[in-house]
Amino acid sequence: MLEIAIWLSETKWSIALLESLYLYPWIESTHVLSICFFVGILIFVDLRLMGTAFNQLSISEMNARVLPWSIFGFGLMIITGLLLFYAIPVRTYHSIFFRFKLILIFLAGVNAFLFHRQMRLNGKAWDKSKDIPRSVHLQAIFSLLLWAVVIISGRMIAYNWFDCDKQPQPEWVNWAAGCVIEISQAGDF
Amino acid sequence: MEADQLFYFFDQLEQSFIGESIRNSVWMFPVIEAFHLIGLAILGGSILLGDLRLMGLILTSRSIRYVVGQTTLVIKVGLLLLVTTGIPLFLSEAIKCYYSRAFWIKMTALMLGLIFLFLIRNPICLSSEDKNTKFKILGIVSISIWAVVAGSGRWIGFS
Repeated sequence: MLEIAIWLSETKWSIALLESLYLYPWIESTHVLSICFFVGILIFVDLRLMGTAFNQLSISEMNARVLPWSIFGFGLMIITGLLLFYAIPVRTYHSIFFRFKLILIFLAGVNAFLFHRQMRLNGKAWDKSKDIPRSVHLQAIFSLLLWAVVIISGRMIAYNWFDCDKQPQPEWVNWAAGCVIEISQAGDF
Repeated sequence: MEADQLFYFFDQLEQSFIGESIRNSVWMFPVIEAFHLIGLAILGGSILLGDLRLMGLILTSRSIRYVVGQTTLVIKVGLLLLVTTGIPLFLSEAIKCYYSRAFWIKMTALMLGLIFLFLIRNPICLSSEDKNTKFKILGIVSISIWAVVAGSGRWIGFS
């Protein structure tokens, strides 16, 4: 993986993107503002699952009409996020916040997958009765919490507190970041 | 003269206890900033949902009054979080903000946005009888103003 990151960092467009005066900040801003589409709209889907907003709409209607806008936002996040990674591949690869964020996104993805599988099976029954299963309620809360922490850890990627070139670091930090520390180097910092 | 007084005022704010504490801390600014972003998600999403409805792009099967009505509480929660995190962020770098064009654009747009939201958009939407087309402009104006607020807000960090 590190080899790929290093290779990416040496490509022409990666360097151009990193050194660009306006393109990088614009991509970065688009990444940040897409939160409104993605998480902002998802909040209402989750609130619906918790029975606290849009109760006039059935859960399947909410998923059919509102969720696509959130997915559109997610697409924007992915595209701009990949570009941001492409501009700074090696440092980002080693960032413990980035790694933590990826794990959380994976967990949120599993959570969403499980929810949608359940909805395919039971969605019609949910629409008919007023009661939403407790597990769905919890999945909605879990979704909101996970995405909130994704936002927090994403913001932290900007800070270099735990970067590999800032030594000494606690052992677990270097382990989590996958830093390659040469023994002679470790003492020099 | 007036500019001097304003600068003096901002200088005082920067030297306030909260401003000092945040500046002297490694992690406080980033953490408050992160919660500011969560506020952005909450406010941005709830305004966006209403504006998309006004523009006829989402939930057209439901009335404008209903859709916007469902967002008003979340709008207030988002604003509360944004203001309570935004003020300490500002206090920690008031002088930088004083010299930042993006900051002044954001504050101007924010005032416009709040006035438009609470005095024009929401009152019209919440009392509407739903003749779709004339509301399109409301959604476009609203989303434009708030895009400037959020975009210039992000730009404070670049300057």
